[in-house]
Amino acid sequence: MIKIETPLTIDKVKCLKAGDEVLITGTMYTLRDAGHMRVIEQINKDEKLPFDMKNSIIYYVGPSPAKLGAVIGSAGPTTSYRMDEFTPALLELGLKGMIGKGARNKEVIQSMVKNTAVYFGAVGGAAALLASCIKSSEIIAYEDLGPEALRKLYVEDFPVIVVIDSLGKNIYEIEKEKYKIVE
Amino acid sequence: MIEKSFDHIRSVNLSKIIEAIKEMTISANYNLNNDIRSSLKKSIEIEESKTGINIINQLLTNADIASNQKMPICQDTGMAVFFVEIGQNVHIINDIKNSNNIIKGTLEEGINEGVRQGYTEGYLRKSVVNDPFERINTGDNTPAIIHYDIIAGDSLKISFAPKGFGSENMSRIYMIKPGDGIEGAKKVILEAIDAAGPNACPPMVIGIGIGGSFEKAAILAKKALFRSINESSKIPYVKDLEEELLQKANNLGIGPQGMGGRITVLGINILTYPTHIAGLPVAINISCHATRHAEVNL
Repeated sequence: MIKIETPLTIDKVKCLKAGDEVLITGTMYTLRDAGHMRVIEQINKDEKLPFDMKNSIIYYVGPSPAKLGAVIGSAGPTTSYRMDEFTPALLELGLKGMIGKGARNKEVIQSMVKNTAVYFGAVGGAAALLASCIKSSEIIAYEDLGPEALRKLYVEDFPVIVVIDSLGKNIYEIEKEKYKIVE
Repeated sequence: MIEKSFDHIRSVNLSKIIEAIKEMTISANYNLNNDIRSSLKKSIEIEESKTGINIINQLLTNADIASNQKMPICQDTGMAVFFVEIGQNVHIINDIKNSNNIIKGTLEEGINEGVRQGYTEGYLRKSVVNDPFERINTGDNTPAIIHYDIIAGDSLKISFAPKGFGSENMSRIYMIKPGDGIEGAKKVILEAIDAAGPNACPPMVIGIGIGGSFEKAAILAKKALFRSINESSKIPYVKDLEEELLQKANNLGIGPQGMGGRITVLGINILTYPTHIAGLPVAINISCHATRHAEVNL
C-alpha cells in the first residue's frame, strides 16, 4: 500500500504504477457530467476557474445528501467514460489525477501520457465506506447543480487503485487477460 | 364465477400506500439484500485475484457501514422503478390522514408522493432531471417508473428497485433472427456483459428478457432483476441457460470492479414470453453488486 499526499506533483505521478493500491490524503475536487460542461464553458470564455487545475485531483462523484451533523452522504465513484470528451482540456491545464470507475478512451489515455497524469479507480458502490474517509466538504461552485455541484473535499487515507498510469499501462486490460478462460 | 369475483371489492387507503412506499425506498437503499450479501461472502472463497478479494471485502464492510449508520449503500440511489400487481377487485380510496391533511390523488400520484417523502426524509440522492435535454433536477427524484399488472383478486403487491444508471447505461436490447436461436441469444448476452466490463460495477447481476416485442423484452429484463439471485427459472431449459451463462460470464475474466478475477457476475435471471414468427428479441438489463429491491403487500 502506497500513501500519497496532495498536491499531486509530476514526481508523485511518475512513481505510481498500474495496479498499485494507494491511500490518498489531502484535497480533491468533485466534478461529474454537468460540472464538466460548466468548466469547459468557462475555459472557452477564458474565465477564471473555481479552482486551480495545476497538480489537482478530480473525483467523479455526486454524493447523496449529508445527514444533520455528517460531513457528506454516501460518496462512491461514478462511471468515468462520460467525462472523456472533456478530460484532455483539463489535463492540458495541469490536472494530474482522476478518480472514477470504468474504462477511458484513447484520447484521454494519450493526453494522460503526454501530460503525465494518472487515473485511479475507487470501488464503485463502496459509497458509505468511501464517505468515511472524507473529513470535510464544501461547495465552491455550481451549487444549482445539486448532487453535481463542485465540492472541495479533504480526505484521509482515501483508498484507490491505479487503473491507468502515466505510461498508459491499463490494469483492466492486463488483468482481464490473466483470468480469461477461452473454451 | 364472475359474480363471485365482484363481491370482494377491497378498499386500500392511499395514505397507507404512500407510507409503505416511503419506508420501502429508504430501507432498500440502506440495506443490502441477503441474497447478494451471502453471494458476495461465498465468492471470496472462489475469487483468485488478491485485489478482487480486497474489493469484495470492501463491499461487505460498506454494506455493514450503510446499514449501521443508516445511509445509502451506493450514492446512486437510482431512478425509482416499481412493479405494481393490482387485483382488479382493489379500490384505491382517498382518505384523511389528519384533520388538516387530506390525501387525495391517483395510485400513480400516491406512489410518486411516497418516493418524494422517502428520498427527502431518507437523505437519498435526487437523480432525476425534468427533460432529456433541458436536464433540470426535479429535486425530489420523481417521477418514478411504474409498471402495472392487473391480476385477479383483491391483492395489491408493490415491488421497488432503485436503479442506478452506471449499470443501466450498459444495458442492451438486440432484435436477433429466429434462426439465430439459443446460441445467437447466448452470443449477444455475453457480448453485452463483456462490453459492460468495469463500467457497470462488477460483480454484476444480470436481468434478461427473451421474446415478446421490443418493449416487452426490456420490461421482462427489468422484472428479472427483481427476482432473488438464489432463485432459478421454473422452466428447465431456461434454468440450464441461466447456469450456463453464469459460468461463461465468469470465464470472461473481468472480475470485481473489472480489475480481473473469477467473480464477474453474481447471478443471471431470465424471463421469457411468447413472441412473433419473425422475431427473437433479447434484452439485457445490467445491474451492479448493489442490486437492491424490496416489496410490500398491502
